[in-house]
Amino acid sequence: MARRARALTDGLLNPLARLGQRGLKALAGLGRASLLLVGILAGSAQMLRRPRLLLAQVYNVGVLSLLIVAVSGFFVGMVLGLQGFYVLSQFGAKESLGVMVAASLVRELGPVVTALLVAGRAGSALTAEIGLMKATEQLAGLEMMAVDPVHRILTPRFYGGLISMPLLAVLFSAVGVLGGYFVGVGLLAVDEGAFFGQMQAKIDFREDLVNGVIKSLAFGLVVTWISLFQGYDATPTSEGVSRATTRAVVHSALAVLAIDFVLTALMFGK
Amino acid sequence: MGRGDSEYFPADSPWHLRDGVPIGDATLDAASSSAASGCAGAVPVATVAPLPTARDCLVRIRGLSFSHGSRKIFDRVDLDLPRGAVTAVMGPSGTGKTTLLRLISGQLRPDAGTIEVDGEPVQSLGRAALYNLRRRMGMLFQSGALLTDLNVFDNVAYPLREHTDLNPALVRKLVLLKLEAVGLRGARDLMPSELSGGMARRVALARAIALDPMMILYDEPFTGQDPISMGVLVTLIRQLNDASHLTSIVVSHDVRETASIADFIYVIAGGRVMAQGTPVAITAERSAWVRQFMDGLPNGPVHFHYPAPALAADLLTRGLG
Repeated sequence: MARRARALTDGLLNPLARLGQRGLKALAGLGRASLLLVGILAGSAQMLRRPRLLLAQVYNVGVLSLLIVAVSGFFVGMVLGLQGFYVLSQFGAKESLGVMVAASLVRELGPVVTALLVAGRAGSALTAEIGLMKATEQLAGLEMMAVDPVHRILTPRFYGGLISMPLLAVLFSAVGVLGGYFVGVGLLAVDEGAFFGQMQAKIDFREDLVNGVIKSLAFGLVVTWISLFQGYDATPTSEGVSRATTRAVVHSALAVLAIDFVLTALMFGK
Repeated sequence: MGRGDSEYFPADSPWHLRDGVPIGDATLDAASSSAASGCAGAVPVATVAPLPTARDCLVRIRGLSFSHGSRKIFDRVDLDLPRGAVTAVMGPSGTGKTTLLRLISGQLRPDAGTIEVDGEPVQSLGRAALYNLRRRMGMLFQSGALLTDLNVFDNVAYPLREHTDLNPALVRKLVLLKLEAVGLRGARDLMPSELSGGMARRVALARAIALDPMMILYDEPFTGQDPISMGVLVTLIRQLNDASHLTSIVVSHDVRETASIADFIYVIAGGRVMAQGTPVAITAERSAWVRQFMDGLPNGPVHFHYPAPALAADLLTRGLG
């Protein structure tokens, strides 16, 4: 009888206990991640004295992602041109195609899709690199040489991601506009003057472009932060590193989409 | 001092005739005098020989306790590591030998007890002081821990470039000298991925001595080495220690190799010091546990079988588990 009662309470309480345990674990992770971010930022001054480290990382995260970002941008622009043309022509407003394509890209798709691409292409690489450096004792080795691995390894990568992201997003949007132009003007015979004229008249520098860049800066911060933390916090085994890499991409993607909603509501919700 | 401490280092001890060649008297004096004079404190455990009572202990550990999760790794352990000597810390896998090195270098903090390195209490040092101390320590990791995106030369130059303002020409000279000491001057342009395990460890050793430390910690230096590179490493550790007046701590379970170069041996297991003494004393030790460990016997106080119910009972139990 007593045994049954205990089994019952266990059955009721265990899921609750597990939930609490998970919550605590998540909070502890958030705390470690925040401490790591503080550590990374504390290394900023040291990095300025070694600009080469930063350049190498801008190359790693930015330049090496150029091709995938440009190609994706072109295709997304072409799709926007096609879809936009079908919808707009129903209302006899196909001349506004340029505005539609440019606004979608600059405000939303440029920053968001670029962030997702960078998370997949560069973020996962950062996580795997840091995780493997941990597994092969390279981080501990630096620590033993009295070199702070957070300042020396993580800080340049963090700023590399932060700087590259808005540049890549701008490139994505620019190439996307070309893609829309190619489909709209080139294939579907929208008037070229209207395409660019309306775009110029309706797209606002402060309202659209600057907000888009602010978004991608936020995404750059979050994606590199998550990727670096996952690598630094990984269990130093092959399984641990592979899990961390997956987590980095999944968490980055979710964070980017959630933050995008919040930022959009704040920026454009009037 | 000098010859008087032959009770710890008898003339026929293995390191007196290292590699079949009598080592110089200077070396003997340096090693024995530092290993034998006045480091206070006795250890209340299964003691084979008295502590290496050095006037000058570089590392002095008192009442060290450390737990990993719920597992107790060290339980009030006292260790003294004499200056200028090669001290071996041996024990079965999983007894926390590597943990001990991480505690000494301040990568981990003990739950209780004190760890003094060169008079500084490692467990309570702040970050800056700890980094300062680490510049005087080298550590050889099991994997070598070379930076994989730098070649051999740049790896060895790394600590010099980080911590000194030497001009490139001088850095080059120093790096080549350090690489010469480990016999790899010709490999300076190779990447870590092109090195064998033994070579990687030698490069890491060159990097560890780049800043001329006072002490080097070796984490399982012989594991997974072929006989030749094992022999090379064994000789290197002893030579570097004597030539550069270092203090070496070798953590290992390769009994024979380690005993051949050690001045003093601690055997630890189950969170305590099981035996301590010169290699000769340890070899003569009669305790069943120490004999089993030193001679590598499959059965003894440490059982071959992991604790389990009786085989017959286990086989007759129904169930899928």
